[in-house]
Amino acid sequence: MGLADWIRSWPVYRQVTGRDRTGRGRAAQSGRSAALTPRTTGADRVVGSVCPFCAVGCAQHVYVRDERVVQIEGNPGSPISRGRLCPKGSASKQLVTGPQRAERVLYRPPYGTEWQELDLGTAMDMVADRVLDARRKGWQDADEDGNPLRRTMGFASLGGATLDNEENYLIKKLFTALGAIQIENQARI
Amino acid sequence: MGSNMAEAHPVGFQWVMEAKARGAEVIHIDPRFTRTSAMADLHVPLRAGTDIAFLGGVINHILQNDLDFREYVRAYTNAPYLVDERFQDTEDLDGLFSGYDPETASYDNTTWRYESQTDTGEGGSRAKEQSRPDQLGSGGPGLEGGARKIAADPELKHPRCVFQILKRHFARYTPEAVEEICGVPAETFLRVCRAWTANSGRERTAALVYSVGWTQHTLGAQYIRAGSIIQLLLGNIGRPGGGVFALRGHASIQGSTDIPTLFNLLPGYLPMPDTAHEDLPSYLHKVRGDRQKGFWRNADAYLVSLLKEYWGEAAAPENDFRFDYLPRINGDHGTYRTVLDMLDGKVFGYFLLGQNPAVGSAHGRLQRLAMSNLDWLVVRDLAMIESAEFWKDSPEIETGEIVPERCRTEVFFFPAASHVEKAGTFTQTQRMLQWRDKAVEPRGDQRSELWFIYHLGRLLREKLSGSADERDRPLLDLAWDYELEGDEPSAEDVLRRINGIDLRTGREVGGYLDLRADGTTACGCWIYSGVFADGVNQAARRKPHDEQGPYENEWGWTWPLNRRVLYNRASADLDGKPWSERKALVWWDAERGEWTGHDVPDFEKNKPPHYRPGDDDVGPAALSGDDPFIMQADGKGWLFAPNGIVDGPLPTHYEPHESPVRNQLYAQQGNPARNVYGRAENPSNPSPPERGGEVFPYVFTTARLTEHHTAGGMSRQLPYLSELQPELFMEVSPRLAAERGLTHLGWAHVITSRTAVDARVFVTDRMRPLRIEGREVHQVWMPYHWGHTGLVDGDVVNDLIGVVLDPNVFIQESKVATCDVRPGRRPRGPALLDYVAGYRKRAGVTPETGTRIDTVTRHDIAHREEDR
Repeated sequence: MGLADWIRSWPVYRQVTGRDRTGRGRAAQSGRSAALTPRTTGADRVVGSVCPFCAVGCAQHVYVRDERVVQIEGNPGSPISRGRLCPKGSASKQLVTGPQRAERVLYRPPYGTEWQELDLGTAMDMVADRVLDARRKGWQDADEDGNPLRRTMGFASLGGATLDNEENYLIKKLFTALGAIQIENQARI
Repeated sequence: MGSNMAEAHPVGFQWVMEAKARGAEVIHIDPRFTRTSAMADLHVPLRAGTDIAFLGGVINHILQNDLDFREYVRAYTNAPYLVDERFQDTEDLDGLFSGYDPETASYDNTTWRYESQTDTGEGGSRAKEQSRPDQLGSGGPGLEGGARKIAADPELKHPRCVFQILKRHFARYTPEAVEEICGVPAETFLRVCRAWTANSGRERTAALVYSVGWTQHTLGAQYIRAGSIIQLLLGNIGRPGGGVFALRGHASIQGSTDIPTLFNLLPGYLPMPDTAHEDLPSYLHKVRGDRQKGFWRNADAYLVSLLKEYWGEAAAPENDFRFDYLPRINGDHGTYRTVLDMLDGKVFGYFLLGQNPAVGSAHGRLQRLAMSNLDWLVVRDLAMIESAEFWKDSPEIETGEIVPERCRTEVFFFPAASHVEKAGTFTQTQRMLQWRDKAVEPRGDQRSELWFIYHLGRLLREKLSGSADERDRPLLDLAWDYELEGDEPSAEDVLRRINGIDLRTGREVGGYLDLRADGTTACGCWIYSGVFADGVNQAARRKPHDEQGPYENEWGWTWPLNRRVLYNRASADLDGKPWSERKALVWWDAERGEWTGHDVPDFEKNKPPHYRPGDDDVGPAALSGDDPFIMQADGKGWLFAPNGIVDGPLPTHYEPHESPVRNQLYAQQGNPARNVYGRAENPSNPSPPERGGEVFPYVFTTARLTEHHTAGGMSRQLPYLSELQPELFMEVSPRLAAERGLTHLGWAHVITSRTAVDARVFVTDRMRPLRIEGREVHQVWMPYHWGHTGLVDGDVVNDLIGVVLDPNVFIQESKVATCDVRPGRRPRGPALLDYVAGYRKRAGVTPETGTRIDTVTRHDIAHREEDR
């Protein structure tokens, strides 16, 4: 770099001679920041999604590179949100990629003091056995007047407001077929 | 009102600001000055829990000054209908309506019906036990004879017409009464009345927005009724810019109500059958009546199509489509009842699917103690949450009430897939379904709920295959054959089946009008029918808003049938012309013989405005051309509810369950039909006329922050959000700080008869003391997002709240309670229990406190748990 170029690259010079008189834009840009590109530019694909926090339903663009989420932004086409996201929606990349995300099944035996790891298939099988046991213990064929009840009071479920319609549909369908009625979610709260 | 929209729904709030920029006046009525108040033209602070007194005042102002939109009211509401001559109002009975039974704390509503109505209504303790009104989320309540001529006075002069009853009922809600009860100066109150009425009518409309600040009360459903009455009187329903907007708080909480994971509902607001429904015909008779108007009449098609989707081939006409496979409810099986039953050892297993009741439900202590008494618990979530770790890290570990080595609950934690790792639809707060594509695969053991439930069902069916036990037939006959993508069920196939299939052709039905009761259609949720019309996933449509019309009907899909404004027939006058050109939405095109407009008309397309049904018509055919409320049994908007609400046909001001003052309007103190659960684990602070309330002298209320989400499982784990709101705090006024010696940024603790929690003190003018009954009443506010898991921790604020419910929908009163506040940290360990017990003793709290509900006729009946 020659002396003239060096002087011209100086932010104060650029601020005085250029259009960015307040020094809050291009004049303050370093070589490093000039070379930066948004995370979104190298994405392999952009996937249409919806913010998972409140019920406004702001549309999101999910940017994916190498099968990893690299950025989540608002979708300007949405008539609901026009591309905007609140602090929570803006943090949703951390929500899905952060180290807090659990990846393994954990198991706490009765009277246990620590978590243990458990194989997913084993855990599913154990839960299925426990559902059948609780269902049997809480089964009611009829009330005291002989009216059919055909139900179990042995197990309950809470949750659904953060889940998809399709998921809620299967939850209600399966548990109803099992005779479980204490199926509830945040809408009651 | 009852909403801090700028804080809790910030991106939605841009439309309020847009309206303001175009000249709309924005008024915020809420106990605390918030981010919403800061952007409003006027903020009106009121005492938490007194909204009906305020709204009743507005109704009275409208009626006393003839400010209602008379043409709309006369034609589209039930104002002219005459009510049974045996009906007695709160004016006659000092705060009770006719039909009250102090023994069961419930109403027999026979006397609330219209004069010409023939059936006996659906009141009584049974309706209350099952949260019957909650089952009316789509259609109106039953009203046998609604299709017949109803005795009416079109002049609205008859003393027993709804209009005159309304006028008498609200006559005592004067500006002076509002000032006394709410703490709102009469002049401020009148300014709100003037703004509301001046911006309503033929040329103008006003919108009303609420959130859980209205629902989480012992009379929450009546808050919303009161708001709806105002909006009906002013002609603000079914019209552009009008309406009552419920801002809901979770991505698909609307969806989980429509496709309910709720005990008393089947998909599409079909009630869960109870023991009185012996068979399919008796169920249908109860649900749709024989001589009612409206689209509920077709409930047979909706239910039979659901049974066909549930049980496929096994559901046939000769076996009533396996109606007998549905389990029966016969009482309160809501989440709080269930938790109390856990405490009593009656429930053995519990699934928590994306929910954290140890922090998010009222009385977190009760929730955690109940979970410690289970055989097993399954928790599925994105990250570790308090509800999965109650056995090793909770306030009860600190007090010694839960000891890991003595806690028998077996706990399974399953990591869940996030919203970008699965495809599916959320239904947002205005009933719009929006499809999400899957962006990436989940990792490790992370799975969707769709995967978990599908495979759990598969395993259970395998384990029971060959079973001869009759109780296993519903599971073994279940249609569980969804398309798979790898080992993940196809969400799109599930949505297709929710939409409905014509079983004769295998093609998707176009909407609920195509559903049949003969078993030739299968449909998982009739109100969602049409979301897959023409074989296209309509919820996945994403045509940008600037490339389509003002109602953006090509973005997502809104139930029912993509109508954006419900009951929009009311936007046109009796002749089918818009009430005014500037407020045109849908109208009758006489030349083409159809309804048309900017939105999809919420009316039969070719029914002319002057159509009159025949004497024997029922269902949709019985709707007149000027019956806009097509789901209601009489086609009208209900100012007065002759059926369907268990705690009164009209909203009435009652004090909250815990209140510092006596009800100034009636001898009846609180909601006479509220659900109380009086037991040692669930104490109440005393309220007048009980003694001891001075021990808890302040009003307590809670709410959200923008930077955190509900019970914190999706926000306290994130560095950005935790940095923005790092610590639990309480807001108090400078005067309260002086009264109790609290220092800004110092520690203080809040005490109720349940527990004490501590937090940093924020002394601020945002909290304003109010003058009630000539004395100063202080309010204390806290956000409720904290717990002990995550990057930032704090006490669980919901531990302060007791379990007492609205009788219509079984939602808890967590927006208002009473409390004390003291400087410094709360006691730790077992000392905390002694400290709170000391407060209970000083206040004279027993399990009976707060359970003597009737304060008019029978003061001596305590509704205790042990008596059940």
